[in-house]
Amino acid sequence: MIDFQPTDEQQLVIDTVRNFAQNEIRPLARECEESAKLPEKVLSAAHELGLVANALPESAGGGGERSAVTGVLVAEELAWGDLAIALAILSPGLSALPIAEWGDGQQQQALARFVGSSFVPGSLAIVEPRFDSDPFRPATSARRDGDDYVLDGAKCFVPWLDGGAETLVVASEGGAAQLFVVPRGATGLRAERERNMGVSALPTAELALSGVRVPASAKLAGADLRRLVAQGRAAMAAMAVGVARAAFEVARDYAKERQVFGVPVATKQAIAFKLADMAIEIDGARLLAWEAAWKLDRGEDATREALLARRQSARVALDVADGAVQVLGGHGYIRDYLPELHLRNARGFASFEALALV
Amino acid sequence: MAISFEPNPATVSGRDEMHEIALQHMRPWSRKYDDQEHEMPWEYVNPMWDRATGKAGKTEAGPGDGMVTVCVQTEELCWGDAGLYLRTPSPLLGGSAVAAAGTPAQRERFLSPFRTGKPKWGAMAITEPQAGSDAAAIQTTAVFDEKTNEWVLNGTKIFCTAGDGALEYEGGIVVVWATVDKTAGRAGIKSFVVTAGTPGVKVVGCEKKLGIRASDTATLVLENCRVPADNLLGKAEVKKQDPNQAGDKGFKGAMATFDASRPIVAAMAVGVGRAALDFVKEELTRQGVAIRYDAPPREQTAIERDVIEMEAELQAARLLTWRAAKMLDRGQRNNLEASMAKAKAGLAVTKITQKAVELLGPLGYSKKLLVEKWMRDAKINDIYEGTQQINQLIIARRILDYSSSVLR
Repeated sequence: MIDFQPTDEQQLVIDTVRNFAQNEIRPLARECEESAKLPEKVLSAAHELGLVANALPESAGGGGERSAVTGVLVAEELAWGDLAIALAILSPGLSALPIAEWGDGQQQQALARFVGSSFVPGSLAIVEPRFDSDPFRPATSARRDGDDYVLDGAKCFVPWLDGGAETLVVASEGGAAQLFVVPRGATGLRAERERNMGVSALPTAELALSGVRVPASAKLAGADLRRLVAQGRAAMAAMAVGVARAAFEVARDYAKERQVFGVPVATKQAIAFKLADMAIEIDGARLLAWEAAWKLDRGEDATREALLARRQSARVALDVADGAVQVLGGHGYIRDYLPELHLRNARGFASFEALALV
Repeated sequence: MAISFEPNPATVSGRDEMHEIALQHMRPWSRKYDDQEHEMPWEYVNPMWDRATGKAGKTEAGPGDGMVTVCVQTEELCWGDAGLYLRTPSPLLGGSAVAAAGTPAQRERFLSPFRTGKPKWGAMAITEPQAGSDAAAIQTTAVFDEKTNEWVLNGTKIFCTAGDGALEYEGGIVVVWATVDKTAGRAGIKSFVVTAGTPGVKVVGCEKKLGIRASDTATLVLENCRVPADNLLGKAEVKKQDPNQAGDKGFKGAMATFDASRPIVAAMAVGVGRAALDFVKEELTRQGVAIRYDAPPREQTAIERDVIEMEAELQAARLLTWRAAKMLDRGQRNNLEASMAKAKAGLAVTKITQKAVELLGPLGYSKKLLVEKWMRDAKINDIYEGTQQINQLIIARRILDYSSSVLR
């Protein structure tokens, strides 16, 4: 039956994560952005919530409750707190979720690290530093050489948090995109910390792969790249909605406070209608993200739905964040307020792919 | 419950049935009744009436899904033809008002004729020459005559959808909004059922319109039009309080009709938008152009990008519509969500159908095809049942927690 109400369990998760985002993440958003550093304590505390571990299989010590719908609900709430910190919190899933879904018995042993007592980041290298970056047809190549694969190419926007052991690399083998588990210390792999317009607190790397040699067993042979991309797009769509909602709320609250001509500026239709449009678009984009996630949970090809969600939410996040800056006027341009950060972060969703997964 | 986008089997069969009706009884007559404005489209009306009166099949919605099913079916019929849909022999908005504000006895009295006899129509008359979005400014009066136990209505109503059919054919109803006390403002506004054949009400003309030309948009004049006391929907008493405070139930009750009708109008819009979008995609397929959902944006053509944006906009509008409908099914207050759905759908399909005409070039502009008609039909959805701007105003008041006196 068509329904838009999360389950009681999901509502509990939403409430928990919303509280966490409000009390633990949001207060640090600005400071982390300015210092380009992650709050280690928050990552540990988030790890204790088990957001990623719950989605891993019971056989690996996880909760065995993977659900893309639950994933998008969580992703939106975290991103509402702060996008960079949210991506860091969800980063273990970048390695763990594909390994759990497509890894063989041997490969699955790597999951144990992600369900331990401390936070262990993951990493996925899917975006390439070129204007026509295409997750389905990466320019990075994988060539079989005896018992090994040899990888060549370049990646960017690769989450590269301290303490990570590996990254999953998307590369073309004979024209088909495949996933390889590559140790961070592999010979021929060079990682350089990026500086981007937004999400500054999240350490990301641009990778140069030059004859990187991994054993044949490093390939996740059963990986479904269409599904991986859709999982990434559903996650990013939900996070775009989270960023948009955060910007909208700042603008709404500011507009009710700010006095012009003796009344709150929110009582002017020019502002009030802009806020109304934001609210409509945010809700519409959210439902598209939910639908893509719901399709994923049914095991169906969600390529189209995920693309629609991605495009719509990226546009909405940008429009809403830009509108929020505008509503705050000069204050919107000042880094004392969050909308300028929301605007910089929102622009990224046109380029981000799978910086988180559901 | 859980988040789900899978319609009930009953919703699916209802949708499929409406799709057949759209193909058989609407599309073949779309152009004819766009050209022959105001003529009664019996080719559509008769089979629909047979269905309504049980002579042909009829599906019932599953429990807890009634409004969602109505929206899904409405989308399908308006995919067929939005103008003809508005000629469906049914109580339409008049029925929504009676259902929302009437007593069980009133519902039986006014709505049961719609299950038997000859085709009949219902309508709602709110707008006046000097009162559109500002519904509280209506000037039509209702004065109670104690001697005859009747209400006496006087005034002029415009833009009354299906008003001509409702008053011309026996058993039809028009729900007329009128004030019983001009000094009371909104609190004085009540709604009254005027049945076909009542002396003192007449249709003085139908509008010539941009689109939905099959639909009769009537101007009514009420001159000492007398209706029985119990044709009043709701209570007669006027609570003179701050109109923003609780207690203003009469006007609010009338406005509550919109909470049910706006999702339906949004669904109508989505149907028209889908007609245009489906046609664009079919035409592209015929020309060997496929929409690649897995190509990077830098490789997609301008047409692919446009179509993908149209699809995303349409789906966002549809999902907002279903959400508003589902809340009604759950008995939840959906005033905010209904306005969101209506505002989004009205504007989205206006843009989608305009883009469809553009994408198809000369084909889009030609009357040989229906795309130009859909563009004209679509626009009304951004105007009636609350304009884009009125819905923005409602949404803004809700999200800002402002009353109508603070945010005007």
